[in-house]
Amino acid sequence: MELLGLYNYWIVVVLMMAGFYTVIAFDNLVKKIVGLTIFQTSVFIFYISMAKVSGGTAPILTGEPEVFSNPLPHVLILTAIVVGISTTALGLALIVRIREAYGTIEEDEIQAQDDQQ
Amino acid sequence: MISAHLPALQVVVPLIAAPLCVILRRGTWTWALALLVSWASLAISVVLLGQVLDDGPLSYAFGGWEPPWGIEYRVDVLNAYVLLIVSVVGAVVLPFARRSVLEEIPESQHSLFYASFLLCLTGLLGVTITGDAFNLFVFLEISSLSSYVLISLGRDRRALHAAFQYLILGTIGATFIVIGIGMLYMATGTLNMADLAARLPFVDESRTVLVSFAFITVGATLKLALFPLHFWLPNAYAYAPSAVTAFLAATATKVGVYILLRFFFTVYSFDFPLKAITLQGMLMPLSVIAVLVASTVAIFERNVKRMLAYSSVAQIGYMILGLSFMSVTGVTAGILHIFNHALMKGGMFLALGCIVLRLGSVELDQLRGVGRRMPLTMFAFVLGGFGLIGIPLTSGFVSKWYLILGAVEGDHWLIAVAMLFSSLLALIYVWRVVEVAYLQAPPEGAKAEEAPLSMLIPTWVLIGANVYFGIETSLSVGVAQTAAELLLDVGLGTSP
Amino acid sequence: MTAETKIILSLLLPSLGALLISLCGRRPNLRETVTIITAALLFGNVLLLLPEVANGARPVVNLSLVQIFPDVPIKLEVEPLGMMFAVIASGLWIVNSLYSIGYMRGNQEQNQTRFYVCFAIALASTMGVAFAGNMLTLFIFYEALTLSTYPLVTHKGTEDAKAGGRVYLGILLSTSIGLLLLGVLATWNIAGTLDFVPGGILEGKASEAVVGLLLFLYMFGIGKAALMPIHRWLPSAMVAPTPVSALLHAVAVVKAGVFTVLKVTVYIFGVDFLGQTGLSDWVAYIAAATILLASLVAMTKDNLKARLAYSTVSQLSYVVLGAMLASTLGVIGGGMHIAMHAVGKITLFFCAGAIYVATHKTEISEMTGIGRSMPITMFAFFLGSLSIIGLPPFGGSWSKWYLALGAAETGQILLVAVLMISSLLNVAYLMPIVARAFFLPPPEGDGTAAVGIREAPMFCVVPLSITALGCLALFFYADAVYDFLTLLVTPQG
Repeated sequence: MELLGLYNYWIVVVLMMAGFYTVIAFDNLVKKIVGLTIFQTSVFIFYISMAKVSGGTAPILTGEPEVFSNPLPHVLILTAIVVGISTTALGLALIVRIREAYGTIEEDEIQAQDDQQ
Repeated sequence: MISAHLPALQVVVPLIAAPLCVILRRGTWTWALALLVSWASLAISVVLLGQVLDDGPLSYAFGGWEPPWGIEYRVDVLNAYVLLIVSVVGAVVLPFARRSVLEEIPESQHSLFYASFLLCLTGLLGVTITGDAFNLFVFLEISSLSSYVLISLGRDRRALHAAFQYLILGTIGATFIVIGIGMLYMATGTLNMADLAARLPFVDESRTVLVSFAFITVGATLKLALFPLHFWLPNAYAYAPSAVTAFLAATATKVGVYILLRFFFTVYSFDFPLKAITLQGMLMPLSVIAVLVASTVAIFERNVKRMLAYSSVAQIGYMILGLSFMSVTGVTAGILHIFNHALMKGGMFLALGCIVLRLGSVELDQLRGVGRRMPLTMFAFVLGGFGLIGIPLTSGFVSKWYLILGAVEGDHWLIAVAMLFSSLLALIYVWRVVEVAYLQAPPEGAKAEEAPLSMLIPTWVLIGANVYFGIETSLSVGVAQTAAELLLDVGLGTSP
Repeated sequence: MTAETKIILSLLLPSLGALLISLCGRRPNLRETVTIITAALLFGNVLLLLPEVANGARPVVNLSLVQIFPDVPIKLEVEPLGMMFAVIASGLWIVNSLYSIGYMRGNQEQNQTRFYVCFAIALASTMGVAFAGNMLTLFIFYEALTLSTYPLVTHKGTEDAKAGGRVYLGILLSTSIGLLLLGVLATWNIAGTLDFVPGGILEGKASEAVVGLLLFLYMFGIGKAALMPIHRWLPSAMVAPTPVSALLHAVAVVKAGVFTVLKVTVYIFGVDFLGQTGLSDWVAYIAAATILLASLVAMTKDNLKARLAYSTVSQLSYVVLGAMLASTLGVIGGGMHIAMHAVGKITLFFCAGAIYVATHKTEISEMTGIGRSMPITMFAFFLGSLSIIGLPPFGGSWSKWYLALGAAETGQILLVAVLMISSLLNVAYLMPIVARAFFLPPPEGDGTAAVGIREAPMFCVVPLSITALGCLALFFYADAVYDFLTLLVTPQG
């Protein structure tokens, strides 16, 4: 069926929403970062899905004419993965500093401490 | 020979200088290097603007790979204008930063500060100059990540949380943009903006393309802090170091507006189905709400930095409103306000930085009588405030004139009235500060002297420019109008 | 010296004066001398322009160095109405500066340098308004006038001063940004130009409903004309020192407002066009209501300056009424009233300030018998009152006469009646002050009964005498003013 054949896109949607929900719903800062990472991963899968050409194989030149999958999105995703890693690293570093400054990494407790100030 | 590679150098020079700053370690040397680099960037952007005004759009193929397969840097009147704004602000803020950073950031972190600053500058310049959609995303993330770092260096511990919040929201925004770009690639097979513009009209009914438009709009709107996606802005601006606030307030959101302009008017062709509805049906009411709500909230803020942050949200509303009129006057107003607001807000935040240096705080009750003790600083602030209100002889008046003219031309009378009403709201929050600073006696035993010259001069450069471009507008209005006409006529312009 | 140079000098002289005054802050006598010399030079310069304009010339200067908007230049143009306004304002500045010396020193006021500097800037803005050649230029100088007079209104720095300043700025800027700017932009959109052209620029360009809306925007946007209900700023501004109230709120600021109303009537809408469409009738009725209501409120006020403020609100609406009659005589009468009322009102304010300096009294009920100790002041007050009421042989009688003629000419008998009734009301609120001063004994235990004549300082008494005599002189010069103003409404040759 057409719908089932698009299973890769369904996975993208599920992951994206799961990640997005995690970012919004949880107060723990580390969980937010985790959610963000899941969200970004869904995008990676999206790009890679779009790269696949029916009957295509890995895009490595062997000298024989073959159908290759599109290599460009793979390259784009490598860049995006690097960006994602930097973001995660930065986020975690900020969490460490927040822990030092506030003693907690729960959003509501941080908010409470700020309001008292 | 160098002039042929200027577009590349615009981005490469600050990029290479950033790790050099980390290597250099010593605070003063890194500042000097950053200063040099920012002035070099300014020089390059001025030359580029001159070239584009004389000869028309420039195209530069990175690494010699021809577009649309290679990455292309394409400079037309719009980018050159925004490049100029970003580099001017960078060049003016850096002399200011030396004293301000010494005061607000621990010595050991200075070299990292300047490195991040340069990376941010690289990112912003890169977003503006590139002609490739994915390249735009990469540079956008470079600038965003470095701005998260810059914000977190603020003295107050709330800066950390503000930076974290901005990180989460900014990453979501950028990810939305990249989803949109991916869908565009799926539909057309190219990432080059000029090529996209050529190919999109053939597929503009496809759902993929319509969804990509939606994703890109939401992502860009998050980045430029249009209501209701502006929540990261007030805290980020309030708790960041003063030099950072001034720089980001004058550049980051402006570049966001540029992204919107570029995608809306260049990539997606003029009669793209969703565009008119989105602009007029969604962005127009949102920007009006942004202006009214943000100005009202600003009135009740006691921290002057947060007040100006909300004021920025309102001013961004003006810019998007101008765009949403989809007429030459309206788009001119929007682009012009990018320039004028950068001057006004940048100057006002620099003045606040001077006050932070001398008084240590920007709470309204701490500012009593500051007009007597720091007359030059406060007068600069007041002049900037006049620009926000729209008093004649300031650049803000010129933007307001065009904006309201655009509303009147499009028969949006109610919007014109709302915009004029918002000027009165701006009058209230600016005047609150004026009354406290000039008409109240300073607290007992409080001593404060005028800010040091290294900080006063950059402040007055920006505020002076604000007044100058309120009187002699041929450059600012002329270029904005040319850019607007270009955007509304055809896509990226016919290839040279 | 060409006419162009003189026009530019009119703006330059007070601006340079402001600069010089700020530099002389340490030496009060030098500072005051600079003020007087600047005022005298300005008056002389303005007078030099008079002969040309009286002959029908309308010199123009395009400030092409400055370009705010590509299609709308910053333009200065001298025409009869503006010429008259400039002469009055600059002439009275000299007298007012002399008076300020007496008042500010007599009361030992603080921040006198800031006072004189802001005054000079305010006068420069007034010259700009008087000589504006298009609506944009006028708007710019109009706003500059509001802003430069704010520090003067809040001069004393007390809580009352701040509150008064807030109302002042709030109302004036709200109306100018909220209504007037919209009107200007709409005019630009409709007519494609903002130039002042005799006969107006709107004829045939828009429907009557739109023109009516524009009229509304202009009349209520020009807050300085104090049409009810946006008149509230004027009594609030009385918290300023009296020289400010005298020159600015009897002459410069308020006259800038009604001057703008007249200018817009003659040069943007066009007297004939307005008359044909009959759109101005409703504004004329609002002006009439303002005349009566403000006079009635004035009668209830015990504070002398508050009473004079409401009197001013009422008198300003005379000019608005004259403009909205949309007839030749109405416009001329209104223009003449600008001059007559200015000289009369400034006399009354000078007297109020002199009384304050000499006796620290501000309420009318305290001022019984004061005519014995301050005969010159109160006699001048008497002369000024007669001019305001409109009795010959004082200048005010001529302007009232022409306004009444103008109303009669257009068949508006109701408005003629309003003018008559308001003269009676003027008697009711001005004459008791004079009567109490001369015919009632001073209050018990006041200490002034036995003292004899104790006038205010010379620097206060001489100016108010000069202006009082001016009221008398204007009666005889009225026909010169009339002939001059006729140039306004004659078709351009």
